[in-house]
Amino acid sequence: MGEATVNVTVNGRAWEAVVEARLTLADFLRETCHLTGTHLGCEHGVCGACSVLIDGAAVRSCLMFAVQADGAEVTTIEGIGAPDGELSSVQAAFRDCHGLQCGFCTPGFVVSVTAFLQDNANPTDREIREALSGNLCRCTGYQGILYAVHQAAGAAGQQEPA
Amino acid sequence: MKPAPFEYHAPTTTADAAGLLADLGDGAKVLAGGQSLIPMLALRLAVFDHLVDVGRIAELKGIERRDDALWVGAGTTEAAVGASAEVASAVPLLAKATPFIGHFQIRNRGTLGGSIAHADPAAEYPAVALALDASMEVVSAKGRRTIAARDFFDGLWSTTMETDELLAGVSFPIWGGRSGFAVEEFARRHGDFALAGVAAAIELDGDDRVRRCALGLIGMGSTPERASTTEVQLAGQPVTEIDGEEVGRSAVAGLADVPSDLHGSADYRRRLGAAMVARAWRAASAEAGHG
Repeated sequence: MGEATVNVTVNGRAWEAVVEARLTLADFLRETCHLTGTHLGCEHGVCGACSVLIDGAAVRSCLMFAVQADGAEVTTIEGIGAPDGELSSVQAAFRDCHGLQCGFCTPGFVVSVTAFLQDNANPTDREIREALSGNLCRCTGYQGILYAVHQAAGAAGQQEPA
Repeated sequence: MKPAPFEYHAPTTTADAAGLLADLGDGAKVLAGGQSLIPMLALRLAVFDHLVDVGRIAELKGIERRDDALWVGAGTTEAAVGASAEVASAVPLLAKATPFIGHFQIRNRGTLGGSIAHADPAAEYPAVALALDASMEVVSAKGRRTIAARDFFDGLWSTTMETDELLAGVSFPIWGGRSGFAVEEFARRHGDFALAGVAAAIELDGDDRVRRCALGLIGMGSTPERASTTEVQLAGQPVTEIDGEEVGRSAVAGLADVPSDLHGSADYRRRLGAAMVARAWRAASAEAGHG
């Protein structure tokens, strides 16, 4: 019971699939599209690891059913860098600033920060901390991530620890 | 897949959605932004045979002036509310409450109507709606009706809407004159549900007396609460002679069912609530005084 057709564009590629309505967008991306860069931590909207862009806006893909994305354009972590593998400025900043360690939470952070910097190109320390509050990281202590966001925003002068 | 199976319906008009709710009965649930419902489904705290997704109904979205009120369509996302210049100028309390809701990723999906219909006592929009005496526009196959906010919230996650009714929009009265607004809340982490909080509105007359005020308490009972007794006592008082700490103590004095759990006892939340009210009172009265 409960099947529906979903048409969705993921990182520029069109997908059509018949899926169970209860399939989350996160599971659709991982299991149907085989894009396993989107990580699932908590699967109920707390950790932010599964963040993707829907029509350019960052959302948690575990808090959306695939059928709700019908007609939308989805960008996952695989679509953030260049097709030749060159890192985006956000990804490069995470590497440069030790913004990751185990890497599990990193796709969610990179996707969220990418969307955040599009809306706020020159954020303050406080704005960055608020924006990062929806993503959990258990390795870095967040300071490296904060530095990375500053670097990606080109605001190298504001890196004093708070 | 974590949720139990359900049939999915995606109507594109309010009339179709109301028809589905009438036909499907108790086994159906409205899916708006899903930021509260989907976690409950994932944890199987809730199971429904049918979900009626109202996210594709254009007439449920929008923000517009209607007489002395600002109408916000139930399907308007919290991000759209937070970004609206119209909301910021006409209903500043709503604008000030928005950044406290979840995280920006949540606000991109979550809707104003979803938050109010979900009626979580620790959520911001229900308290704002209650504080401002908003009216809820409710639709069913039988027609439309309006429910006053004070008659809307009737228990934990429970409203006086029938199961075949859909929240279509909310009208927030516009406060004019010398008014000031503030939202204060305390949460263990930014974006978590508040342990205690308040949405406060104050209007002063030309002699710096309180013409009217409203205190909508967040997380202080099984529904959002109004500190009505305190509001009545404050009306007519010169604002310079009102002590914010006293307002805080008074606002929480009559509360009967303050929650108590691992995160804080009822006594702790009561003290926290009083402190939040005091802060919000000072901020809102300062803003009104400058108006």
